[in-house]
Amino acid sequence: MADSAQITELNSAGTQYQEIDSLLSKNKNYKEGFFTTTTVETFAKGLDEATVRAISAKKNEPEWMLNFRLKAFNHWLTMEEPHWAKLLYVPLDYQEYSYYSAPECSACDGSADSAENEIDPEVAKAFAELGVPLTGDDSNVAVDAIFDSISVSTTKREDLLELGIIFCSFSEAVHDYPELVQKYMGTVVPYHDNFFAALNSAVASDGTFVYIPENVRCPLDLSTYFRINEAKTGQFERTIVVADKGSYVSYLEGCSAPARDTYQLHAAVVEVVVLEDAEVKYSTVQNWYPGDDDCQGGILNFVTKRGICEGKNSKLSWTQAETGSAITWKYPSCILKGDNSIGEFYSVALTNRRQQADTGTKMIHIGKNTSSTIIAKGLSAGRSENTYRGLVKILPSADGARNFTQCDSMLIGNQCGAHTFPYIEVENATAQVEHEATTSRIGDDQLFYCKQRGISEQDAISMIVNGFCKDVLSELPLEFAQEAEELLSLSLEGSVG
Amino acid sequence: MLLKVENLQAKIDEKQILKGLNLEVKAGEVHAIMGPNGAGKSTLASVLAGRDDYEVTAGTVDFDGEDLLELAPDERARKGLFLAFQYPVEIPGVSNKLFMQTALNGVRAEQGLPPLDMFDFDEYAKDKIELLDMRADLLERSVNVGFSGGEKKRNDIFQMALLAPKLCILDETDSGLDIDALGLVANGINTLRSPDRGFIVVTHYQRLLNYIKPDHVHVLYNGQIIKSGGFELVHELEEFGYDGIVQKHEQAQ
Ligand SMILES: Nc1ncnc2c1ncn2[C@@H]1O[C@H](COP(=O)(O)OP(=O)(O)OP(=O)(O)O)[C@@H](O)[C@H]1O
Ligand SMILES: [Mg+2]
Repeated sequence: MADSAQITELNSAGTQYQEIDSLLSKNKNYKEGFFTTTTVETFAKGLDEATVRAISAKKNEPEWMLNFRLKAFNHWLTMEEPHWAKLLYVPLDYQEYSYYSAPECSACDGSADSAENEIDPEVAKAFAELGVPLTGDDSNVAVDAIFDSISVSTTKREDLLELGIIFCSFSEAVHDYPELVQKYMGTVVPYHDNFFAALNSAVASDGTFVYIPENVRCPLDLSTYFRINEAKTGQFERTIVVADKGSYVSYLEGCSAPARDTYQLHAAVVEVVVLEDAEVKYSTVQNWYPGDDDCQGGILNFVTKRGICEGKNSKLSWTQAETGSAITWKYPSCILKGDNSIGEFYSVALTNRRQQADTGTKMIHIGKNTSSTIIAKGLSAGRSENTYRGLVKILPSADGARNFTQCDSMLIGNQCGAHTFPYIEVENATAQVEHEATTSRIGDDQLFYCKQRGISEQDAISMIVNGFCKDVLSELPLEFAQEAEELLSLSLEGSVG
Repeated sequence: MLLKVENLQAKIDEKQILKGLNLEVKAGEVHAIMGPNGAGKSTLASVLAGRDDYEVTAGTVDFDGEDLLELAPDERARKGLFLAFQYPVEIPGVSNKLFMQTALNGVRAEQGLPPLDMFDFDEYAKDKIELLDMRADLLERSVNVGFSGGEKKRNDIFQMALLAPKLCILDETDSGLDIDALGLVANGINTLRSPDRGFIVVTHYQRLLNYIKPDHVHVLYNGQIIKSGGFELVHELEEFGYDGIVQKHEQAQ
């Protein structure tokens, strides 16, 4: 018995928003848009079995990893690019991208221990400019920095290892912790899950591997910063986070790319495994380059993120602030298998100009008394299209399952669209599912009220927008929340002070 | 002269609302504007505050020596023009504190004063909260969200007290207030009365005016001020309604 609660389609119309519109159409200065010149090794464009083998060879991978890639690649060949989302894009030519690019001096020998000591100075400069601490001095956060296809530095590794915490790049994990990687890779997102997950499984570049042992509370936020630099390359990050029984970790993820005039591809897979009594908080601030005024050249962001609450009383919380990319296709999901497990999804998605976002979550309730909360805030401005797509599925086994969903959309300007597709499938009569949705606009009344108190229009817009997103932003770790707030204002204000 | 409005004409969506309005307000004076529904009272307030839905088609407005109509709405506010709204607006998720601290620091910057930080602001706001008997958690709550109609109006007067403007325009602030709230609002206004501040109070009722005793009373009808007088005009209106005044005005035309 599937039904979809109030599918709403709303397109703002009218001309009373011209003033806001002109404000928004000012050229946004994407401050992360710089480009790093350094000696790189980049594969020639194109994708075939030889490419997959070459990537694997470049990373000195063991046989099992190569086999995983090949299996995925062969399956991918049989699949079709999905176009069911409310996203308009011309089918991609996968032969037009390069599938491996790395700064040379850290790529020279496949092991990354050396990389930590000899980061390419130009790459180090790039991360410094982005405010990503590579030296490990910043005591509150450990960072894995990924530049195109490889991880260039992972800080605090040794300190964490003393607690038994594994925090390293995915490539290193393949070498150093093969049993763990084999145990978990592909268990939450199988290689055949969807088109982009299959592609990722075949050509996975780098990502982060996190393992928190039993009863350890990770004392630092762990974070990964993804940077796409080379033109026309794809980044295919593969991240695995495993929280063993009774453990806790807060993991953060940030990203950016230079301003380019051709689309760049980003197809990531993230798998999270949460065992009994453990908790994972996964936060993302996504600021991929959105492209020029027409979103030409922006990042195409096709991401499969999924976690399983495997054990009793486990908890997984996804928080995302999505402001970048030309196209976003992303549904961080929770499989609530353990009894009493909890899934949360807090999302702010802002689209401006011609950006398109189709994002949401899936909450799959399997265990008894599982509960999930979804709070999604969509902000559309310019000529963008912003879609919330969510699924709440209560399986017959999930006695006493509960879900609360709130989807709020805000329209800014007169040519954007907001859409909500909340699918609900309930197969257990004891379930309680609540859904609330609102659509509002930054009204002239609100703006005039602010201005009449002496607040400038730009300050007023950013104040109103941040107010609208407050429930979600407050879920982000403090530094991240601030960054997200600034990004929201920046993406809307169209200028950097 | 604090405010000098001459032959002001304004329209909205091709409908002429203000049809040659004249008004002078000196610092220290309180002016009451009364008039039937739809006469143009809120329009006048909106045009003075700079709402861009209205098009000014003729006339001039001088505000403290400046051409008011040349200024953007937020500039007008920072220069000391305040409007208490007939319908104050809700802003979810934005605390009164952030809202008013931002507003106040804008005004202070205009006056060449340093901004108040969170603590200074709290200190500064404390008296005003008491003056209007606002709830203790006011500053933490979102602007007007979940406030009753009366609370919203009081919050506007609270904001007025914080910003200490030169010219206060109150658009039917008394409508929908219970007796106690009316007393608080009137008291708030009276406390703010000063020789260098002017008031324009739009109202339908004598009640508020009994408290604040305006110096001048005007009748706005069909986009013009058709009669001005002292406080006695209020009694005349209470007794005879607008009809007599309107008829006389129309005969004179
Ligand atoms: N967008 C609009 N298009 C056409 N007419 C409008 C528009 N907005 C307002 N009006 C008209 O302008 C006139 C003046 O309205 P205004 O709100 O200024 O009256 P008021 O004197 O404040 O009335 P009240 O005592 O009811 O508050 C009314 O006749 C109203 O219908
Ligand atoms: Mg009115």
